[in-house]
Amino acid sequence: MATQNKRIAKEFSDCTSSPPAGIKVTLADDSDLHKWHVVLEGPDNSPYTGGKFGVVIKLPLDYPFRPPVVTFATRIYHPNITNDDQGNICLDLLKNENWKPSTKIHGILEAVRNLLAEPLPDDPLEARIADEYRSDRKEFDKNAKAYVQRYAKGPLKFTTPGSSSEGTSEKKGGAAAVGAPGPGPSSSSSGGGA
Amino acid sequence: MDTDDEFMSNVSSEDDMLPDDSDNDLSGDEDFGFDDEPDHYIIDSQKDGAEKRKAAYDISFKVYQPADVQKQQNDLIDEVNMILDISKEEAAILLRHFRWNKERLIEDYMDRPGKVLDAAGLSRSSAGPPKMQVIPDFMCDICCEDEPGLESFALKCGHRYCVHCYRHYLAQKIRGEGEAARIQCPSEGCNLIIDARSLDILVTPDLTERYHELLHRTYVEDKETLKWCPAPDCQNAIECAVKKKDLDKVVPTVTCLCGHRFCFGCILNDHQPAPCELVKRWLKKCADDSETANWISANTKECPKCNSTIEKNGGCNHMTCRKCKHEFCWMCMGLWSEHGTSWYNCNRYEEKSGTDARDAQARSRISLERYLHYYNRYANHEQSARLDKDIYHKTEKKMVQLQKESGMSWIEVQYLNSASQALQTCRQTLMWTYAFAFYLARNNLTEIFEDNQKDLEMAVEALSEMFERPITELADPKLKVEIMDKTSYCNKRRVILLDDTAQNLAEGMRTRISFWSVRMANK
Ligand SMILES: [Zn+2]
Ligand SMILES: [Zn+2]
Ligand SMILES: [Zn+2]
Ligand SMILES: [Zn+2]
Ligand SMILES: [Zn+2]
Ligand SMILES: [Zn+2]
Repeated sequence: MATQNKRIAKEFSDCTSSPPAGIKVTLADDSDLHKWHVVLEGPDNSPYTGGKFGVVIKLPLDYPFRPPVVTFATRIYHPNITNDDQGNICLDLLKNENWKPSTKIHGILEAVRNLLAEPLPDDPLEARIADEYRSDRKEFDKNAKAYVQRYAKGPLKFTTPGSSSEGTSEKKGGAAAVGAPGPGPSSSSSGGGA
Repeated sequence: MDTDDEFMSNVSSEDDMLPDDSDNDLSGDEDFGFDDEPDHYIIDSQKDGAEKRKAAYDISFKVYQPADVQKQQNDLIDEVNMILDISKEEAAILLRHFRWNKERLIEDYMDRPGKVLDAAGLSRSSAGPPKMQVIPDFMCDICCEDEPGLESFALKCGHRYCVHCYRHYLAQKIRGEGEAARIQCPSEGCNLIIDARSLDILVTPDLTERYHELLHRTYVEDKETLKWCPAPDCQNAIECAVKKKDLDKVVPTVTCLCGHRFCFGCILNDHQPAPCELVKRWLKKCADDSETANWISANTKECPKCNSTIEKNGGCNHMTCRKCKHEFCWMCMGLWSEHGTSWYNCNRYEEKSGTDARDAQARSRISLERYLHYYNRYANHEQSARLDKDIYHKTEKKMVQLQKESGMSWIEVQYLNSASQALQTCRQTLMWTYAFAFYLARNNLTEIFEDNQKDLEMAVEALSEMFERPITELADPKLKVEIMDKTSYCNKRRVILLDDTAQNLAEGMRTRISFWSVRMANK
């Protein structure tokens, strides 16, 4: 719809002409305003400093009446971001019931970067990492930095969960490799009388 | 505890024999029907309890149809309208704002009317009623349109958006999220609720109906004593005074006019005699352990004698192997001929003595065995109730057929309908008695409970067996009398079990439940 594009186009130009600190925005595909690629620099004074994170923003068709979907394309060790190849992020203002159509992506990006500087362990997506963040900050910092070294230093990839092959390609052992053991292939045969 | 003893002494005379009930005095003609309007509500059971009383599991409740719910709202609105001298429209808005707590509204309003009106979006100081406006040089912050003549709207917070965006926003809230009475201003960080007057001019005709329906629903949803009947397509509401904190002592089963029986506490299907918290725990345990227990609920098992596969296709647990004619119990796989004797306990789990359980592994094996004992029987009654229901659908056909073949009238074949209903209700109860027993601490009350359970179970199995007889036998008037007697006997056994258990619960039955309910409360 044209009117919505007007809003999105304006937001995009705002984000490129005066981007939030440490953030660079491009379109994933020049013909589609609904998918943005964001390069986010790890904030100083955080274990993520020096890392470059790929973030994907997808705007739903009836944006801005529904919230955008924000995901991390780069793996990251953080209490509020899922520690998997989905990179889902928990941010109050992005929840359906809290979303306000006047909220701008500019503000969302600032909030996301701020979340790296100040995690919210009381509202975690990764309970174990949140526990560690609260009880053993040194260990947390060490793990977060190890993730930065491994995933956030090289050239950025924006493969999103939908398009990436459901691969186990990035499964390497190592000190920082944590995360829940993947559930085995669920095989519940529905008993039939053959 | 006189009441219990009295109750039990009535019953215990039947205990030893499997009631062959054609001549048994419990099958008198007194109606134990459950649809009687319960008129009072017993949680604090009278300690003296001498006089005649309603069954202890019976709680009082009321069913309201949509017109009743509307009338209650209107009455409240009229009352506030008169007392506070404000318009009905304003009274309605204020009541919704105060979640239908009339007393608090009146008190607060008397105190500081300006503040109350303000908070509900009815401020009188603002310039006139809300309206759409055309503002020069306006650009909508949501859609970024700025064409001249663009109509816009703002609440008194001043956050102004074009009418098109406002409407789109409201449509999303009303249709998409089911909100109506508490929609906020679209501006980020602004918590101002969009008041009903503004909504009235903004909500488009295609949404009006849904919007008013949602407003109407807040009346029930905001009140602790009211709940919607969860049956699909049912619009009735139920009123019941049982409080959340009493749910460890009482199981508030209610019956809607539509026929749906459910627990007012947790909205699940009737789960008497087990309390809500226990049900929640049990269901969670079953879900967690589903892998372990899956094989049990399978529809086929092997004959314990010849190992040929036997399929269960009715609710009855008395199985006869087609091949070797071995008769056994589906639940415990034991000899059927031994069921129904006083010493045979299909329902009771024999606790292993502590000496058997030296190491952790043995203990965990025993605890699994114990769980499986109860789960097996729970799942079996659930499955049987389902199969009995299938059979009921066939019964309807049977009833028609029976009329043709025996010349009985429609009324005369209704006993099959009653039998089918009794089977399902009793199995529903039996199912939950096993979840209940799993959490019961072992003492003399448990034994009484298990005896009640056994009596009901034996009666149900007997009825289930009769019920599955072929149509030619059902036409026999003697069997009809037997079925009617057994049906009424089953219903009575169920009443006794529920009543007994409800009394014990109310008196703080010593169970593993009371132990953990204390823990839960402390959490
Ligand atoms: Zn607009
Ligand atoms: Zn506002
Ligand atoms: Zn209903
Ligand atoms: Zn319940
Ligand atoms: Zn056999
Ligand atoms: Zn048995």
